[in-house]
This record gives sequence, C-alpha cells and structure tokens, in this order.
Amino acid sequence: MSLNIVVLAKQVPDTRNVGKDAMKADGTINRAALPAIFNPEDLNALEQALQLKDAHPGSKITLVTMGLPRSAEMVRESLYRGGDDGVVLTDRPLGGADTLATSYSLAQTIRHLDKVDIIVGGRQAIDGDTAQVGPQIAEKLGLPQVTYAESVKVEDGIATIKRRIENGFETVTCPLPLVVTVNGSADACRPRNAKLIQKYKYAVTPSEKAQLNEDRQKLVEARPYLNIREWGVADIEADPNQIGMKGSPTKVKTVVNVVFQAKESKTIEGGDEVQLEGLVQELIADHIIG
Amino acid sequence: MNDLNNLVVYCEFDDGKVADVSLELLTKGRTLATRLGVKLEALIIGDKLDGIEEQVFPYGVDVVYKVEDERLYPYTSLPHSSIVINLFKEIKPQICLMGATVIGRDLGPRVSSCLTSGLTADCTALEIGDHTDPISKTEYKDLLYQIRPAFGGNIVATIVNPEHRPQMATVREGVMKKEIFDPNYKGEVINLDADKYVDPASFIVKIIDREVEKSKINIKNSPIIVAGGYGVGSKENFDLIFQLADVLGGEVGASRAAVDAGFCEHERQIGQTGVTVRPKLYIACGISGQIQHVAGMNESSIIISINNDPAAPINAIADYVITGNLEEIIPKLIKYYKKNSK
Repeated sequence: MSLNIVVLAKQVPDTRNVGKDAMKADGTINRAALPAIFNPEDLNALEQALQLKDAHPGSKITLVTMGLPRSAEMVRESLYRGGDDGVVLTDRPLGGADTLATSYSLAQTIRHLDKVDIIVGGRQAIDGDTAQVGPQIAEKLGLPQVTYAESVKVEDGIATIKRRIENGFETVTCPLPLVVTVNGSADACRPRNAKLIQKYKYAVTPSEKAQLNEDRQKLVEARPYLNIREWGVADIEADPNQIGMKGSPTKVKTVVNVVFQAKESKTIEGGDEVQLEGLVQELIADHIIG
Repeated sequence: MNDLNNLVVYCEFDDGKVADVSLELLTKGRTLATRLGVKLEALIIGDKLDGIEEQVFPYGVDVVYKVEDERLYPYTSLPHSSIVINLFKEIKPQICLMGATVIGRDLGPRVSSCLTSGLTADCTALEIGDHTDPISKTEYKDLLYQIRPAFGGNIVATIVNPEHRPQMATVREGVMKKEIFDPNYKGEVINLDADKYVDPASFIVKIIDREVEKSKINIKNSPIIVAGGYGVGSKENFDLIFQLADVLGGEVGASRAAVDAGFCEHERQIGQTGVTVRPKLYIACGISGQIQHVAGMNESSIIISINNDPAAPINAIADYVITGNLEEIIPKLIKYYKKNSK
C-alpha cells in the first residue's frame, strides 16, 4: 500500500553555533549572523518518511514548511534526498505566530492537500525548543499523535512506532492516519543524491521563478516537477483571527539579554604544580571534596 | 475576566510514587496560589492510586482530583488529554502547570490547542504580576509571568497570556525547588469517574512493549559534578572526566555540544535543554560556557573551569580558572587529591 506522507519542517537560525557577534549591542538578535538551516530533528523526520517510502513503493512525500519565502530551500533539500513535492506557506499576516497560530496555519495547509496517511515532523525546533506544534496539529486535525519517535513502520494500515520515554523505550501501535514527531536519536538523514540534485536544482516557487531569466523560466514551465507550490492565507482559507500575532494567545511581555553575574576568579596556570596542589588542599580543607 | 479560579498541577507518577518534577511544581504552585488567594489543586490520572494523595498533601494541596482506571496507566496521549480538557471545561482553572517531561510535553500542547489557551514550554521562572497591553492599553491584574530562555538561551523572554485561560506552562525537572509546605496539611479528595471524561474510542494507541530502567545516572543530586564539553575533544578523552569524577566521588555531566558530538549519553546533559544542577563543586572541563549550559549550573557553590582558552566565557563565572590542557591537568589533580585526601 503506497502512502501519502507529509513531512513538517522548519527553517531555523542555527542557535547551536551562536558566535559572539550573534547578539547586537542593544541586546537584540543579529539574525544575519546566524545561518539558516534545516531544523535538525526535521531531518530525522524526513529520513523516517524516506524509509517509509522505501518500504512502500509509490508513496509520495510532501514537505510542508511555513516561514519566509526563502524556506523554498527546505523543499529543495527534501527533493534532493528523495521527497516528491512541497508547499511553502508564506504570507505576511502569518508572521509573529506563537505555536498555536502556527499549528492552526499548518493544519489548514494539510487540510488542503490530498488525503494524508501519516504526518511526520521533528520533535522540536532548535530556535524555540517547545515541541508543541506537532501535538497541536494532531489535535486540530482530530488525529492521534505519537511523540519522541525513533522508528516508524507501517503495515496493513497500522503504524508501529518505537519511542523514547523517560529512562527507556516504548513500542506503540496506532492505525493511520496519525501525527508522529521524531526524536534526534532516530536515524540521521541520508545525504543528498547527486542525480536528484541534477533533476531538481532549478525547482522554484513562483516568486523565485519571477527572478529568473526568460530561458530558465521556460525550462521551469516545461517541467511541472520544478514548480514548488507557494501558498498564502487565501490558499489555505485561514480564519484571520486564528493566524499570526492575532491568533496567538501568548504575548511576549519583555525580552532581556542574558548576562550572568561575573565572579572574582582566581587563575592558575596549568603548569604551576604548586598552585594546583594548593587548590586541591584548599578544597579538601574546606570539606568540598574528600 | 474572572480569575478567582484555582491553580492546577498535573501530577505524574511512576511505581506508585509522585514524580519529583510534580512535587517541585506543587511547591511553586503553593507559593503562586497563596499569592493569588486561590486553592492549589493536583490532578492525578492513572491506575492504583490508593492513598497517593498523602504524598502530595504536605506540599500544601487543597484539592486532589483522582481519575483511576487500569486503562489510564501507562500514560497515552488521547485519554489523558481528554480527561484534562473535559475537567478544565468544568472547573476553568486560571493556571495549569505540568512537567516539561516526555508526558507533559506530549499532553500540554494537545490540551492547549483544544482549549485555545496559551502554553509556554520549559519555563525557568514563574511569577505573578500585572500587564498593560502595549497597543490597547488594557490593564491586566495578576497574570502568570512565564519566564523562559529562547534562541539557544541567548535571551530570556517573559510571556503572558492576557486573554486565555488556563495560563499553561511546563517546567523541567530540577528547575524549581521541592519543599514541604506543612507535613500535616490536609486537603480534599475528589474521585472522578473515568468513563465520564474519556471516550472509549480515544484508547486508539496501544502500548505493546515498554522497557524502563531505573536511571543509574543521578547528576541532579550529586554534590560534586565533573562536566566535559566539546573541548574534551573525543569520546576517548572523555574517560578522563569519568576518572576524575570517580576519584572525587562525583557524577559526570556534559554540555549539549559534548552530547551532540556523541562523547557521552544525553542523560548527563546539563543546561536549559538538559538538567539543572546546584552542586557544592562543579568542575567544567573544556566547556566554553554557552548561556544554554551556564543557565543549568551557575548556582553551583564553587565552580572550577579547566580550559586552554583563557577567554572562555565560562571563566567569568568560575571561582577558579585553570588554564591549560585537560590531558595534563586532570591526571595532576587526581594525583594531588590522592596524595592529600588521607
């Protein structure tokens, strides 16, 4: 049985490698200094989708992402690894959304796709670390959810999922359709495939296509698979009260830059054996160790 | 908005014992409920709940809701969320706190989506305060300030939910302190009939296998922690960290970078996305001191940083900074400890 699989993915600033220039003097974030990457756990989710496609030939993987127009890069990354198509949900009124408004917007997007058998996404995104959007989409679509998944298999319309829990593992079954969020401990995503890069390197959204020269535009028009869907609020028939800032129950009251109180510290050269021994003796005398 | 309603803590338990994270939340919940002049309520869903209320009353719990049914343990998403949702529709709490655990992070979003209440994940502080909407100038009294790091810990944001109830927040284990409020405190028990709150169709996810080990790693309660970062360099070098911890009778911790690099297991991760610790002695080895790590250990009594970079940010919060290579310094520390300790 072939499956219609949706992969949820987010383009995020690489907060794991925050350098000294990532914060501006006024305490705000210098987004330009942070590279935009495929959210790591969403890559784990994409791999699970690809494994399902391997096991169920004829399956189709649609990557759904919400963000800036440049999130089209996310769809191309998926195509390069074996994905089939994608939707970039991008529209100004969607901005400033908290997890609830985001999950509503993504759920509306999924409602406008062909019948979906399984939705997989990363457990959480590294810019917010909330892990909320997956379960919230499941709730909005009235689907069951399995979070913290490490492997997903499907047989006869039933998914069998191994998931990580506190201090152990759990294996659960659930009939399709359902939402699965994938943990970072799951299989890493396979690399890009050279042939697929050749095939899809000119895949573009309509707004990207408009930037291309005429020849390239004709090429894209001649090959339907190079056209990435770019949807806005109207395409997903979203209720304006449930999207963006307006649809977000949580409000950011204040944001402060983190500064820890510096201490007066004593520096010891690693080569200075007398001082090193002195420190150990001091800690023992103070009953900190020993 | 009527905010006379109570504060509810969703309590997790295992092996008949209420989880530490839930007791920590009850401790914080008691303070917040007193400040607001409302009752502190605990919600416990599961099986074999006989007498479990006795474990939570000392934390100042006024009401314990118990929902007992053999199908409700172990936890599965849909039945637990439908109980919480249906109960909250009845009692309309103003605040709901959950652990930022595998369970809380699965349950919280589902509940918040259905009730359209805001949910703030992984809060590091919770306070009560007023809020004025910057645009409409509407004033709100006594909101829950949900304070959490964002952007890899580089900023701390205070989040409020002015219009929606309950105001929901999750908090990681170890972030709040657990403290008995009154050992003789007694509240009321309300037993709820599971069948009234959960539709049989929601038992759709079946657990076919479950392997849980008691965690052998207990960094949260260890008075001495030796932690390694990316600067340790390799999994083999991480053995030095284990040796030093072993000699000193401490536990081994790690930064997120070290865990991501595969130097040691995730259970040892200290920081905003790991465990928060407050040991007597914290020895940071090859840890640069990204905020996300420092936030999980800066309340340690004494901090020693061993780093070959004299400008490593962690040095600013260290009591002692030892500059040089770990491979040379750690064996020396072990040697001097053995020589001087007896």
